[in-house]
Amino acid sequence: MSVGILGTKLGMTQVFDETGKAIPVTVVQAGPCTITQIKTTKTDGYTAIQVGYGQVSAKALNKPELGHLAKTESPPLRHLHEYRVEDSSSFELGQQLKADAFEAGQIIDVTGTSIGRGFAGYQKRHNFKRGPMAHGSKNHRLPGSTGAGTTPGRVYPGKRMAGRLGGTQVTTRKLTVVRVDVDRNLLLIRGAVPGKPGALISITPAKLVGRAKV
Amino acid sequence: MPVSVKFGCFSLDSRAIVGLQSGIASFFEFKRRHGKMNAQEIINSIELEQLKTDLPTIFVGDTVRVGIVIQEGGKERVQPYEGTIIAMRNGGINETITVRRIFQGVGVERVFLLHSPRVASIKVLRRGKARRAKLYYLRDRIGKATRLKQRFDRPL
Repeated sequence: MSVGILGTKLGMTQVFDETGKAIPVTVVQAGPCTITQIKTTKTDGYTAIQVGYGQVSAKALNKPELGHLAKTESPPLRHLHEYRVEDSSSFELGQQLKADAFEAGQIIDVTGTSIGRGFAGYQKRHNFKRGPMAHGSKNHRLPGSTGAGTTPGRVYPGKRMAGRLGGTQVTTRKLTVVRVDVDRNLLLIRGAVPGKPGALISITPAKLVGRAKV
Repeated sequence: MPVSVKFGCFSLDSRAIVGLQSGIASFFEFKRRHGKMNAQEIINSIELEQLKTDLPTIFVGDTVRVGIVIQEGGKERVQPYEGTIIAMRNGGINETITVRRIFQGVGVERVFLLHSPRVASIKVLRRGKARRAKLYYLRDRIGKATRLKQRFDRPL
């Protein structure tokens, strides 16, 4: 229930910490985001903040989109995203959200679209074991049995099979911010985040569930 | 921070590298002031801050002494490690060398991340003649056979 920020994954590299350890980091262009709409219980039935990211030329958007952005006098923005908040009164329209909303050492969640792998087989998609490659076996990457015989006479729903893999929304939780570059709106996040470089990602303060660790 | 060690005998080579790197740095500075940088340029500029400029020119086959910063009971000291470079891996910030030595009859290979602050110094002791990029064949040899012919055409 806190406002996050939209950004672009730029790629990965490594940085050295003060003890000289090499830390793998993802470099993320975080913001600047503009608050394009504030939703309140009175007008919308719930409270949320809508932010926009990614400035484009006006002809890249259609008229309804431009009209929506014109209400807040914000520039043409490619991506709009809503964050639910407890209280939306502390925000104002047109306010800029930048990378300085985060600080080094903070725990965050990163949401994005995972890399699409197309139509993937059993092994890649569900980590099935493969069959023997030799000794006369012709069962190399087949799934084996998909169920019993005449009874029930059908394959149960949810049976793991080949199909589209990746290209879905994925949240990587509890990542650490290693460094914040306020000038260039960059976040260095420890570890990998979903998607390829250039992918749109949403960074929010970590949603920690359960009892807080003492 | 990396301990900067200057090797007088290397002045020409290392100066060339320093010149090149400061050239890249000013290029990024120019880009930063005059418009947008692309993703790879941003990543390169982050890496550039951490790249060492005072590394000597090293080749596979050289005998080197590497000073490694180790922590012992809250104290830091530099421990030397000496051996032959049997492999190098280029990759900007991720540049490594594999140094092999025989210690108490056991072959030891250590991989050093060249740009790491933990690697305090690298001193080339001897230039060796190697005809391939990876000297993994040295692992199968013992005693006198592990020696490499010294070459004198490269400055130390």
